[in-house]
Amino acid sequence: MAGAHQGHDHAHQAVPSDPALRVKALESLLVEKGIVDPAALDALVDTYENKIGPRNGARVVARAWVDPEYKQRLLTDATAAAAELGYGGSQGEHLVALENGPKVHNLVVCTLCSCYPWSVLGLPPVWYKSAPYRSRAVIDPRGVLREFGLELDQDVEVRVWDSTAELRYLVLPERPAGTGQMSEEELAALVTRDSMVGTARITLPGDAR
Amino acid sequence: MNGIHDMGGMHGMGPIEPEKDEPVFHEPWEGRVFALNLAARSGRGNIDHGRHEIELLPPAEYLRMSYYEKWLARLENVLIKLGVISREELATGKPAAGSVKAIPALSAAVVAGTLGRGRPARRDVPAAARFQVNEQVRARNLHPEGHTRLPRYARGKKGTIARDHGVFVFPHNQCAIGGRKPAARLFGPFYRA
Repeated sequence: MAGAHQGHDHAHQAVPSDPALRVKALESLLVEKGIVDPAALDALVDTYENKIGPRNGARVVARAWVDPEYKQRLLTDATAAAAELGYGGSQGEHLVALENGPKVHNLVVCTLCSCYPWSVLGLPPVWYKSAPYRSRAVIDPRGVLREFGLELDQDVEVRVWDSTAELRYLVLPERPAGTGQMSEEELAALVTRDSMVGTARITLPGDAR
Repeated sequence: MNGIHDMGGMHGMGPIEPEKDEPVFHEPWEGRVFALNLAARSGRGNIDHGRHEIELLPPAEYLRMSYYEKWLARLENVLIKLGVISREELATGKPAAGSVKAIPALSAAVVAGTLGRGRPARRDVPAAARFQVNEQVRARNLHPEGHTRLPRYARGKKGTIARDHGVFVFPHNQCAIGGRKPAARLFGPFYRA
């Protein structure tokens, strides 16, 4: 985890500085006042560490790849389509699916804060919430994609979706060629988080592209 | 507000640094402050007010803080503004003498159901569609001191209505704690700078 946490090169300064201690003190105060239930905090952390994450979105994508009618429903009403697989609720109340194709590439950002489709992707990675990504996605999307190792041809239209207050976007990536024989489960295993944000395409293992 | 949070289009923020196999939380306190935000704000204030509290952090602090440090600062500020805790209680870490113990709004038993329901923002109220899909529009050039979801890079720009999403809570300037929020029709334009 070297270099993992942004805030730690400056965390040792005048009181109150250490966020870990401040959080501990605040939690104990709120528990003593009866504002929060520590077991509920455990359940919330467990939910987003272990239960709700990008595997949810991957199952949505795989289903759309194998079932054209499901794909149509997903593109028409992604909230309802995700709910068919049991995914919805917090930060996925209003979901919109964006289809990537040979000539259109969608990229999702939240320039103002960190809006992200929790119900299908879990909590966002640090880079998604960072100033570099938020500032540049709307002014230099091709440069951003290049930094993720994705070079798009000039004739591919890039559409950047800046999240609104309540709409959450899920990119439906292109199904890679050569996967015709794969099961829905095998396909889901190919789908990466970044491909559903739009910062990557899906490549098969061993595919040099 | 024209704050540092509105960073779409800015230069000089440096390279993007994706982390391989990034954990959901890098430190246990990040998970705790995330959960504290959801639990302690459950049924209090609204999501737009919560976002605005982060926008109100001083710009230099905003850039200095990690994401979950901002969540911590926001939670402290929101709870004080709501009167849930006092500055003295925050400083001492102890409930004020004689304060009555509350019952948590979010118990462990209802976490899954509460997250599963979420807080839908669609509103079943009539609002005429002022624009049609494919119509050319120009975003207003506004500089409200309160909260807005219209980023600076889009203000005054021409665009095309791509979608009509229906009627939603309108977050613009709706940061009064517990205040009623009006609804408005939400359109998804493409901006072409």
